[in-house]
Amino acid sequence: MEFPTQSSPYLPLSNDLNRLMAQVMLALIPGALCLFWFFGWGVLFNLLITATTAVAAEAMVLKLRKRPVMATLSDGSAVVTGLLLGLALPPLAPWWIPVVGTLFAIVVAKQLYGGLGYNPFNPAMVGYVVLIISFPLQMTLWSPPRGIEAEFLPFLDTVRLVFTQALADGVTLDSVTMATPLDASKTELGLNLTWSEILSKPLYGSFAGHGWEWINMTFLIGGLWLWQRRAIDWHIPVGMLSALFIVSLLFYIADADSFGSPIFHLFSGATMLGAFFIATDPVSAATTPRGRLYFGAGIGILTYVIRGWGGYPDGVAFAVLLMNMAAPTIDYYTQPRVFGHRDPKDS
Amino acid sequence: MITILEQALKIHGGLRLDANKAQSLRTPLRQASIPERLFVPLSQHIGEAAEPLVEVGDSLLKGQPMARSLSYISAPVHAPTSGRIIDIGVYPVPHPSGLKADCIVIEADGEDQAAPSGLRMEDVFEADPADIRQRVRDAGIVGLGGAGFPTSVKLNPGPDREVELLVINAAECEPYISCDEALMCSRTQEVIDGIRIMRHALHARQVVIGIEDNMPNAISCLQNGLDEAGDTDIRVIAIATIYPAGGEKQLIYTLVGEEVPSQGLPIDLGIVCHNVGTAAAVGRALLQGEPLISRVVTVTGAGVRQPANLDVRIGTPIAELIAQCGGYTDKVARLLMGGPMMGASLPSDAMPVIKTTNCILAASQQEAPQALPAQPCIRCGKCAEVCPAGLLPQQLFWYAHAQDFDKVQDYKLFDCIECGCCAQVCPSHIPLVQYYRFAKTEIWNQEREREKADIARQRHEFRLERLEREKKELQARRAKAKKALDKPKAGSADSKKAEITAALERVKARKAEQSATARNTDNLTEEQQAKIAEIDKRRASDHNENRP
Repeated sequence: MEFPTQSSPYLPLSNDLNRLMAQVMLALIPGALCLFWFFGWGVLFNLLITATTAVAAEAMVLKLRKRPVMATLSDGSAVVTGLLLGLALPPLAPWWIPVVGTLFAIVVAKQLYGGLGYNPFNPAMVGYVVLIISFPLQMTLWSPPRGIEAEFLPFLDTVRLVFTQALADGVTLDSVTMATPLDASKTELGLNLTWSEILSKPLYGSFAGHGWEWINMTFLIGGLWLWQRRAIDWHIPVGMLSALFIVSLLFYIADADSFGSPIFHLFSGATMLGAFFIATDPVSAATTPRGRLYFGAGIGILTYVIRGWGGYPDGVAFAVLLMNMAAPTIDYYTQPRVFGHRDPKDS
Repeated sequence: MITILEQALKIHGGLRLDANKAQSLRTPLRQASIPERLFVPLSQHIGEAAEPLVEVGDSLLKGQPMARSLSYISAPVHAPTSGRIIDIGVYPVPHPSGLKADCIVIEADGEDQAAPSGLRMEDVFEADPADIRQRVRDAGIVGLGGAGFPTSVKLNPGPDREVELLVINAAECEPYISCDEALMCSRTQEVIDGIRIMRHALHARQVVIGIEDNMPNAISCLQNGLDEAGDTDIRVIAIATIYPAGGEKQLIYTLVGEEVPSQGLPIDLGIVCHNVGTAAAVGRALLQGEPLISRVVTVTGAGVRQPANLDVRIGTPIAELIAQCGGYTDKVARLLMGGPMMGASLPSDAMPVIKTTNCILAASQQEAPQALPAQPCIRCGKCAEVCPAGLLPQQLFWYAHAQDFDKVQDYKLFDCIECGCCAQVCPSHIPLVQYYRFAKTEIWNQEREREKADIARQRHEFRLERLEREKKELQARRAKAKKALDKPKAGSADSKKAEITAALERVKARKAEQSATARNTDNLTEEQQAKIAEIDKRRASDHNENRP
């Protein structure tokens, strides 16, 4: 009797890339719902636009590159990139903001480098940084979080604003938007307010920004689930969060009036989304276990530096890209000791 | 100093796999029947193929040597049963390359009559280790764990090497395989005898049997056997069931906490490691006088009706063996020799069982599915997590894929044991092991090419040197000749004349001498004289031709 042959091992495989991506999408749901709850319909529009643009852009480039379109799209990586970018965008940004950002992320940052597995930079963060540098005004269009004494835009008004940039009579853009806590605190520190004064304002909640603390909490929960399902490993989140914690703690101890508390930093802006979903993008991260700790720590420190002294309210995107640059070097110097070798470098 | 740890360590990385050994252990070990025809390959081991001692048409008795080993790393081959040789030629063999190889084909006579082997040693525990090694060698014993390295070589630690510890590998870490477990349970005495002979041959101070903790039956069989024999010096240690804990270097690490150096051998630590099946074969050969003509084979998988362990004669066709286990089920999709992690995928069952065949796995589509299309590596690092050698398989893949063979060696490609853990967990379904084998083969080829090129370059350089030297010599000769020619011109006519007369004198003298010696040939036969005349004639003509 004849049999087909193949190479060892032969057991059914235990992991699957498509399943991994699906798990990431699932884990994003609590955080996305929370974001939707606090910031309204714009969040959903962003996610829809980025996801569809990502799929369309990827399909187009794959066709141009004469690669299998359906097989590649089904890995879900394009959708994940779109969703991660969509979650980072302000909810009232005009529709072309997510389109331009996603196009750049997928076409330039991902496919021009060779597609999944070959991009040295995190595509979603490249898209985000392109937007924040090119369209700083549109990138501030955050609405006030639900629960704050401010107007909350209903569905139809959001549709009109996002797709036609038109507002109802008597409503100004200023009255429906509001700076994020990270942004506002920066301005207020510049006005010589102390942290305790800043935190007493209505924009802030029990330990960080109003709404943002819960958004971060839900991304943390999703991230822990991912870790529990072994879809990500602990090195990068632990490295990033502990570095951010330690650095902010040192400054907080030195001067609690001018520097936010470690808890504020851990639960503000894109910290948890960044730690569990963005920095953990394995393609552009360091790949050795020890290297991943350093990679995460670098992101934590740079995030703090950019938040504190940089020109932008949040620093996660820049921190991730800067550490992406360092990843190959980190990998080179953090090779684990191989069995039977005394030193990792001896041959 | 090597100390056996009280509590065995865990290996680095590795996988917890479903054992799937119960299927084949439901029935006790039994004898497989002898087929009508047996195909015995001449190379069933690492090293040089054996050289046939027999011819087509010869009748043989069971255990009679059929082929001998010509080099140190080789092993002889014996007749698995009595019968007649009907062919010596090329037949399919179970080798990963899929190539055919030389086999001796025997038609069994059904008598199964044994030849006296002279392997038995009455006083084996008093015997000289060199004698034991020679008999192990004559018995054709090779490592039965799968690699097939000649056992006598591994029983020879070398003159200035002390063996601190003999490790018996009974881990049997691959799923489905249960031949060692069956052997330990049903032929405990043979196993223990073999281990004791090995200990004696190696002068090993300590002996430990490393066995996975999911084999409580085998552990108690061994322990009881040792207790009965009163042998308290051989310890049985249960190790955690994690694949590949049975890898030689991994097993040693779990038992003594020391790592065999990269590119080194266990003997560098004063350790020698043998498979438990090999030990039993040594016991059988030296105490019962039977060379290695059979082995225990696990026949299992959802593709075979009655999974079992059988004692099979070497050379039995796999199809025959499957038939003895009730034949295939409808589910059979793939045929493997060895386990599902490191085994070889066989293209057909028309191949014989050889000395290293520990398992025949007739796998269903569920058990060994068709390979999924590979997706890009996303560097997730799951492979690095499970690599028992502590490598970075994702980096090895990256550089092997790019054919950057220097970099791939920087990342210690040659420490890869090809256990398959990385490929097993790869979410992108990349056949990683295949890439590593490819890179290793390429590097070996390159090294061979380099060696060849080195030799060619050396020869080229020698040639240039020789040509240069010859040119110089020629020039020197010419210069000399020219000088000689120039000389007379410079001299007077008188001296020229004197020289000519001197030369004539010399010629005369030589001729006189020659005629004087010619007298020695006066009483020759006619025939001889004719020959001499002929030779002289030829010489004269040669002489003329060679004149410038």
